Amino acid sequence: MDKKKKQTSTVRQIDCKLITSTVKKLFIEANTVLGADVVEALRNSLPKEESATGKEVLVKIMENADIACRSKMPMCQDTGLAVVFLEIGQDVHIVGGNLREAINEGVRQAYAEGYLRKSVCDPLTRKNTLDNTPAIIHVDIVEGNRLKIIAMPKGGGSENMSAAKMLTPAAGSEGIKKFVLETVEQAGANPCPPIMVGIGIGGSLEEACILAKKALLRPVGEANSKDERLVQMEKELYTGINDLGIGPGGLGGRVTALSVNVEMMPCHIASLPVAVNIQCHVARHKEETI
Amino acid sequence: MTEETKIPRHIQTPLTKEVVGSLRTGDMVLLNGEVYTARDVAHRRLYEALMKGEALPIDLSKSVIFYAAPTPTPPGKVIGSIGPTTSYRMDSFTPKLIENGLKGMIGKGSRSPEVIAALQKYGAVYFGAIGGIAALSAQCVQKVELIAYEDLGPEAIRKLTIVDFPAVVVNDALGNDLYAQAKKKWRVNR
Repeated sequence: MDKKKKQTSTVRQIDCKLITSTVKKLFIEANTVLGADVVEALRNSLPKEESATGKEVLVKIMENADIACRSKMPMCQDTGLAVVFLEIGQDVHIVGGNLREAINEGVRQAYAEGYLRKSVCDPLTRKNTLDNTPAIIHVDIVEGNRLKIIAMPKGGGSENMSAAKMLTPAAGSEGIKKFVLETVEQAGANPCPPIMVGIGIGGSLEEACILAKKALLRPVGEANSKDERLVQMEKELYTGINDLGIGPGGLGGRVTALSVNVEMMPCHIASLPVAVNIQCHVARHKEETI
Repeated sequence: MTEETKIPRHIQTPLTKEVVGSLRTGDMVLLNGEVYTARDVAHRRLYEALMKGEALPIDLSKSVIFYAAPTPTPPGKVIGSIGPTTSYRMDSFTPKLIENGLKGMIGKGSRSPEVIAALQKYGAVYFGAIGGIAALSAQCVQKVELIAYEDLGPEAIRKLTIVDFPAVVVNDALGNDLYAQAKKKWRVNR
């Protein structure tokens, strides 16, 4: 037998109760406290905005974040679909229940006790599930014995304006940029600009979508750290999107996007999957590692 | 008048023909009075009731509908957070409602050519409010009353009494469109 010494972490137990209470806390906090990176990005966008109406919208957005935080009210009435990203250490042993149920229970408690709107329904009958479950759960298995939970309440208005497309390899970078710009232009005022744009390139259809959503978790203003080509693409798209003139609230102006984040992974030789996930200015996500 | 000096007009609901006729795309307004909340499913129900000739739970005449569903009301508050949802989802039902007396709508985002045509034909306006500032907007709500479709939870029809609720005229009764104008003005063609 090989004596590999690389494996140093020991198996650790994590109780479902802790997962539930953490999920609950994160969803309440995400809905009421805007991330410092978003607040800073909004503040920095103010001098760039040439439209008086646009400036006024930006000021109101900041004022709203302040009121929400102080009065513990949700920043937006759409408190979102409960999207959860988990990074589970391979040496974690979940005890005391069922992981999925523990997360859903955390969502249930957050949306009931935090006075958050229940916005989940049957797709056909449109009957509300009344507790904002089920959560959308994405799992990554990583090294170690910790569990990272990221709570991302995702609003319907911006999600509705998102899109994915299987481009041909011949379309290349230009095709990708064209698709992103068309998607954002088509969205117009609908997704509550200024927006954050998450873009996933490569993988499969579903992986491109997950990459696009994960791109939205990156702090606003931080460029892709792995690939210089993507840094360039982010810059070009940021300029291109802001040139569309949609502006804050869609009422016209210079500030349409606060950030453009691109993530990429290899794909099939026949494909070029691209997903564009649009995030409104109420860019909510909170995380904790337990 | 330049953009910087625009002073909002106080507008009282129900909306009279005269007021609707005087509003122009780009006008900043402060809305006062009673408005009804209704969105996706409530619209379908109102529309179907009209198609069947049944009585509606609200009087559409001169009324204003706010496309909104608030968060639950916490103890000690009048209402939870509330703001506009995206309007285009109501487009297929809206002309019928306008035909039956609806005079104003509050939402966000563009409307269909059919809605814009109905605004012109029957004399009605579409107001835009800023999305995602719902804790702030809640401060403009003075009273809330549940009116109909309670089973829809947050999507139920409620009557709100609003005070100085800020909005802008996006589509007036003359066929003008603020979003289209804004795009034309601010788009950079490199």
